[in-house]
Order: sequence, then C-alpha cells, then structure tokens
Amino acid sequence: MTITQDDLRYDPDRKLKVVGTTPIKPDGVDKVTGRAKFGADVHLPGMLVGKVLRSPYAHAIIESIDTSAAEALAGVKAVVTRDDFPELPPGEFRNISCNFMAREKAFYDGHAVAAVAATSERIAKKALKLIVVDYQVLPHVIDVMDAIKPDAPILFEDMVTQGMDPARGGPTNIVQRKEFTMGDADAGFAEADIIVERVFDTKPMHQGYIEPQACVANYTEDGQTELWCCTQGHFIYRTRLAAVLKMDISKIRVTQSELGGGFGGKTMFYIEPVAIALSRKANRPVKITLTRNEVLRATGPVAGTHSRIKMGMTKDGKFTAAEAELYFQTGPFTGSAFVNAPQAMFTRYDLQNIRAVGYEVVSNRPKVNAFRAPCVPQVVFGVEGVIDELAKKIGMDPIDLRLRNAAVEGYETIYGATFGPVGFVETLEAAKAHPHYTAPLGANQGRGVATGFWFNRGGETTASLNITPDGTVTLLLGNPDVAGSRVSICMMVAEELGIGVDKVRPIIGDTSTLGFNRVTAGSRVTFSAGIAVVLSARKAIKILCQRAAMMWDVPEDGVVFEDGHVRPASSNVGDFEPLSIADIAKKATETGGPIAGHAEIVAEGAGPGFGCHIVDVEVDKETGAVKIVRYTVVQDAGKAIHPHQVEGQYQGAAAQGIGWALNEEYIYDQDGRMENAGFLDYRIPVASDLPMIDTVIIEVPNPLHPYGLRGVGEVPLVPTMAAIANAIDDAIGIRPRSLPMSPPKVLKLIEEAAEGRDRA
Amino acid sequence: MAKSHVTTTVNGDEYEFLCDTEQTLLDILRDELLLTGTKEGCATGDCGACSVMLDGCLVCACLVLGVEAAGKSIETVEGLAHGDELHPLQQKFLEHNGAQCGICTPGMLIAAKALLEVEPDPSETEIRYWLAGNLCRCTGYDKIIRAVMAAAEEMREVRS
Ligand code: FES
Ligand code: FES
Repeated sequence: MTITQDDLRYDPDRKLKVVGTTPIKPDGVDKVTGRAKFGADVHLPGMLVGKVLRSPYAHAIIESIDTSAAEALAGVKAVVTRDDFPELPPGEFRNISCNFMAREKAFYDGHAVAAVAATSERIAKKALKLIVVDYQVLPHVIDVMDAIKPDAPILFEDMVTQGMDPARGGPTNIVQRKEFTMGDADAGFAEADIIVERVFDTKPMHQGYIEPQACVANYTEDGQTELWCCTQGHFIYRTRLAAVLKMDISKIRVTQSELGGGFGGKTMFYIEPVAIALSRKANRPVKITLTRNEVLRATGPVAGTHSRIKMGMTKDGKFTAAEAELYFQTGPFTGSAFVNAPQAMFTRYDLQNIRAVGYEVVSNRPKVNAFRAPCVPQVVFGVEGVIDELAKKIGMDPIDLRLRNAAVEGYETIYGATFGPVGFVETLEAAKAHPHYTAPLGANQGRGVATGFWFNRGGETTASLNITPDGTVTLLLGNPDVAGSRVSICMMVAEELGIGVDKVRPIIGDTSTLGFNRVTAGSRVTFSAGIAVVLSARKAIKILCQRAAMMWDVPEDGVVFEDGHVRPASSNVGDFEPLSIADIAKKATETGGPIAGHAEIVAEGAGPGFGCHIVDVEVDKETGAVKIVRYTVVQDAGKAIHPHQVEGQYQGAAAQGIGWALNEEYIYDQDGRMENAGFLDYRIPVASDLPMIDTVIIEVPNPLHPYGLRGVGEVPLVPTMAAIANAIDDAIGIRPRSLPMSPPKVLKLIEEAAEGRDRA
Repeated sequence: MAKSHVTTTVNGDEYEFLCDTEQTLLDILRDELLLTGTKEGCATGDCGACSVMLDGCLVCACLVLGVEAAGKSIETVEGLAHGDELHPLQQKFLEHNGAQCGICTPGMLIAAKALLEVEPDPSETEIRYWLAGNLCRCTGYDKIIRAVMAAAEEMREVRS
C-alpha cells in the first residue's frame, strides 16, 4: 500500500525528541562566516555588467529610443529595449513583461526603458547616458483616491472595470471590483445598538529587504539558459520567464541563491528576463545588480489603501454586522492580491453578516508586490481601530470584547471554509494573562491591542530524501529558505528517522532537480515541505523495513521501525539484534539498491493562524514622536518545530509593522518622482528605535499536519499598525486613522485633542 | 583613465589590485578580490551591510575609495574565525539565531566586534545605539542584541 498525505495526521500522543528543540541551523555557519552565497555573490568567467536605463517621468509616451551611440561605445556588448521582447496577448504575462521593460508608455518614475551589458560598470553607466529616449510627458496620478476622480489622468484608455455589473466602460483607472458577502449586512446593522463607521488611509511602503535584487544569466548558443538569482520562487520564475521570453520551460535552469530577505517582494522578477536578453545578444554571461535607489523606485512596493469600515454591535458587546469599502493602489498593473483583504479582514470574529467590497486601482507608481499577508494588514488597521472604539463605547476591556466575539471551531467563513480547531480564543486568553497587559504605564504612555488572521497556504511541493551508505541523510528541497525553514524541515526528518538533526543535510535544488514547487509565500513552506519530507521519510522507512526483513529472511510485516532502528515486531518473529539505518544502508547494494523516498504533492490542510499584539507607546507631546516602549506578540503556531525560528518571525514582522506604522512611506514630488529613494530618507526601524520584542507561542495543533504546525510568517505583521494606533489613542485621547503615524501627523492630532475637537 | 596600483592587507594577507578612481573599497573587495562576505545593501553608507575594519576603525566599505586602502590593513567577516574556531560573536549568533536571512550578518558581526573592543561590557542600550547604523529587516534586532550580549559576557569570562 502506498502512503499518501492523508495518512499523515497529527498524533497527539507521539513523544518528540527533536521537534520543539533549538538546534543550530544547517545554513548557520555559512551565514556567520561570509561563505553564504547571495544573489550578488555569483561570478562567472567573462561576465559582463548589466545596467538598466529608467524613466525619469511618472507617465510618458515613449516615442522613440535611439541606442546607436551606446552600441558604438567600446566595451558595450549588448543593448536591449522593448523591441527585444516578444509581444504577448493581454493577461498576466503581458503585464509582467510590460513592467520589466516599458512598451508604448513609461508608467512610473523608475520604469525600465532600456538596458546595456558592458565589460565594466563604468562603461555600462556611460552607455546608459548615450541612449536617447524621446518622451512625450503625460499628466500623472499617484494617489489611489486621486486616481478614481472623474478627471484623473487615465493610464489605459481601453480599461474596463471588471466585476461591475453591468461592466463599466469608459475611461477609468479601476481595474476590478470584487464583492464578498455573507448573511445580510443590512439586517445585521438593524439589530445593532451601536454602529461605528470610520475612514482610514495607509501609504505604500517597501518590503525593505536588505539585499537588492541581483542575478547572473548565461544564455548559450544552443538556446539554453542558466540563471542564478535571489528569489522566493525559482520554479515560478522559470515558468514566467519561459512565457515572457517564449522559451521552453525545460531550457531554463534557475538556481536560487541564499535570499537576503524578500517578505513577498521577491516573488516577482524585474531584472532576470533583461539579463537573459542581454546575455543572448552578447553571448556572454551578464550580471545585473540593482542599486537601492532602483529597488525603491522600481520594485515592491506594498499597496496603499483607502478604506471605509463600519461595524455594528449590541450594547452587551455582540457584533452584529460588518461592512467595508476598500480601495487598493496596485501600480500600473493588476496583481495586488487585494481579494485577500475582504476575505481576511473580519475573519476571526464570529460575524454572520458581512459585506466587503474591494476595488483595485492603477496609478503611476511601481507595480505593487506581495508583502506578508498581502493587502490584509492595511485594512485590519481600520477594523481593529473600529473595534477598539466599540469597546470604549460600552466600557468593555478590548480583549474581552474580542473574546466575546471570537470565532471557534465550526465557524463558517466568508471564503467558504469552515474552521477546524483554531487557536484564537487561546491566543486572546494568553494575551490577557500576560503580565504586559496589566503592567503600569508611565506618563504620556498608552497601551493598545489588536489581532490578526491569515489563511496560511499549502500547494505544490516536492522533496527527495536519500539515505547515504553510512546511514546519514541528504535532503533535496524545492523551496528557497527565506528565514529558517530548512532547519525546521530537517528536524522533522530527524524526528521521523530517529537520528540527530546534524545527520540530515539539506540542499535547495535548482529547477532541474525536482518537480514544480510553488513559491515560498503565504506561510506555506515549513507546513508543506514538512508534509513532503515526512512522506518521503515514511516511504524510506518502509523500504528500510523491507530490506531488514530481507536480511533476516522474515515476512515484511514481522518488523517494525522504532527509534531509528528496525526491530522484530514480536518475539515470535525471531531473536534479532535491531538494525540501525546505517546497518541497513551498508547492505543496500545486496538488498536491492540505494534507499530513498520522495514526494510530489499538493499540500492541503493548512490551518489558519491568529495573533494578538500588545504594545505600549510613549508619545512626545512636543514633537509628536512615538516611541515603542514595550511589545508583545502572542500567536498560535500550531506547533513550533524550532521555537527560535518562530520567535524570529514574530519579532521581525512586528518590527516591520512598527516601521510601517511610524515612518515608512513613499514621498513624491510634484512631477511624480520618488523623493526618498534611499535608506537615509526611507527610514526602516534601526536597533535603537526598538525594545526587545516579547513573544508567546500558542500551540493549538493543526490536525492535518503530522506535527500539528501552522504557518507563522504572515500573521505577525497583520495587527501591528492597528495595535500601535490603539496605543496612541490611549496615550493622547485621539485616534490616528492615517499611516504613517509620523511626528507631524501625531502632533497635529495632539493639537486637535487639546482643542477638544473630535475628528470623527 | 589609468588605474591605480594598490597594495593592501586583508585579514592578514597582502593583496595587490588595480583600481579605477571611482571604485569603492566595497567594489574592490567583492568584485576584484572576490571576498563577497562583505555585503552591499545601499552603497550610500546607510545600511552597514558593508561594515569592515580599516586600520582598526569601523567604516562602511562603500564610503571608502579603493585607492584609500593603499598600505592599510582591512578586516572583513572572512577573517573573524581562527582556524576552525569561530569568534564568540559568530558562535552566539548561531546559538541565538541572530542571523535570519543572513545578509546583514557580516556587517553586524564586524560592527559588534568593534564595539566589544572599546566596551567589553555594553548595556543593551549601548548595543542598540552602536548598531543603529546596521539595518536588519528580518529579526527585529532582538536576537542580534541578545547574541551580542551573550558574546560579550563570554569574552569577559575568558579574559578574567
Ligand atoms: S552598502 Fe555600505 S552602508 Fe550600505
Ligand atoms: S537577518 Fe536578514 S537582514 Fe538581518
């Protein structure tokens, strides 16, 4: 009988030896010694330097591009423009293509319009200056709400808003409208004693990974391509590269480097097809490394939003209805994943009546990319603010109000799934019991709480496990490790096989070594690869048992695998010394050949995750500066395979949320050029901005995973900005409803509060 | 324009290279000497990923010209371990999971080492301000700070 994913259910009685401990990760030493190879660390013989010319205009027709002078410069080996990329039918791939190389129009400051490959960086830069682009500058629009005004500059004359009934034609920047409903929102509001309705704004921010995108492409004369790059998904890069370059998928081999941070921002490529096209023209390897300026102007960002959120509640604190109208900025092309928002924003509360409508809007900014729980934290900022206000109106403790309305097992969600065992109540109770929640506050300080939810994902996943002749294990995985998944995956293998985690050596295979793996995103990898490797290990164990039975000349069902050894199932079978994996591996040639297990699955059963954040802020009433004084993240991990890795996710996401809450935003000048395209002016949190970030890991096992785990990477960003806004409200008595809550904005609120004005 | 011929010492070894005037020490380390352990996050002195020691001073290699390295002694992450013995900071970063993606780690280690040379017993606040020029987007700094505190403690014990 073959073993399948369905056989791998959580076993609460299993005694664990490895899972739950904190071994040093297999990629650790390389990372502390400088050996680890990141995107920009690949050097090939004869390699050229590629550089990209970018539009200085936010919106312009590209009348012509003259590359002749650049091509004539000594040392220039190739120049590419829009003419070097195939035309594609309308759809996802065409959008991707038009984003990495502008066609008729440049849609944002930083949009790529040409690229060169030269023998040195100096020559490449000089060549860019020799390219003559004739632009016809058009009026532009940056902000999402400006873009939907009737007189807004239009990006695409032929755009028709999808999802309107009847379809709305005519000039529009609204790409699509999606509505999600459950129950009857109007009836729900009719039952409410108290209704709060507020408007919120958030600004686009950048994922902020420290490693700029970098790649090396090597196109050979027989039409094969090798590509080294930093990516969250080398398999999906390969699929998309094949589509936009019109190549066979099998002719492209993508090797992922170590990833210097992605957080969603390296799920989509920008430079890779350009490097391949340059390499094809130059017949030499080409390396492109983005500058930080380019990273900020042309990659990411995260969607900015405008939202109207309304919730109704009875006077004893039961939510009766929720409604949302949401606008998402997506850059010039669709792809913001905004449909996550209406489905996730209220999910965790036992609401029966919801109406949530989202609009995706184009404007003259870079095409947005994913960031932890794409499009959800922006709108939860509003939801959790409204809930805080509701709690105040009836004088109820904010955690108690959330507990009163917490969804539990059996809740049918707006997206159709029914909750299995979930840990929201446990998470809230732990937050309430945490000493932080009742610690005294100092002068000018305030405390806020907020909660968040993420679906968590599964998807296509492959793994291959080989038992070497000495009984140690090599593990081939198909997902870039974005922050510690490798060690957790190895720990599950070690647990299965009853060996030490140092006996399991993982590598991430390139795209030619394994079947397709979905991108590392959505908090899917430790969950999905966990299932794939446990399946692989159990298949290998089955073979080990067969081999041992063969060695003892007993029936296969006469042996069992326990603690890294095959033993006779009972004394009736015979009196044999248990065989270790090494004992069996040594004899593999005589018993039928090398021993291995592999899995190719679509991982299913990702359990949703929930978190609750508690934050104390101190507001400087003279400057409006907000300092984070104390921060606690409480979140259900299902099971923390390696608790340090889980804590690292909680802490890192909270810090990103703190940046988003307090500092981070794109600033544009009147011409639509980004004014703060560097780390000096686009300021992410530094060590001295933050306190230690306390974590509490809740473990309500996911029954559909062999070790009970839930993804953890997305949830800890979701509540952050809302928790901070609630804390600021607690400190100054007036609620910020616009991000970032930067000193001038907070100062203005303080002044308004002093004048006794209620912004509502 | 003619390149300059530069002789310098990196992690105790003498190196010679030819250098364009505008090439930074970071470019030289990474692209000419192929010492890619030192990272580039911004090239404008704002992220600290390129932190190295130049004649005992902590600098951003992206803000130093290659020609300025002439006759100087440079220390990079590749020189931190002695033989197969990791520096206590490296060991503590491993134990505390101070390196998540690891791109900021070489710069953090060099900067933290420079701190412990001038202040063997830094407070949490001192560490946070000293490392304020080294950006990390993954960790929220918590485990980095703990790793530095643990390494400082161990180094003090060894010394006493
Ligand atoms: S690369 Fe030198 S400080 Fe960022
Ligand atoms: S560990 Fe990734 S930037 Fe610090």
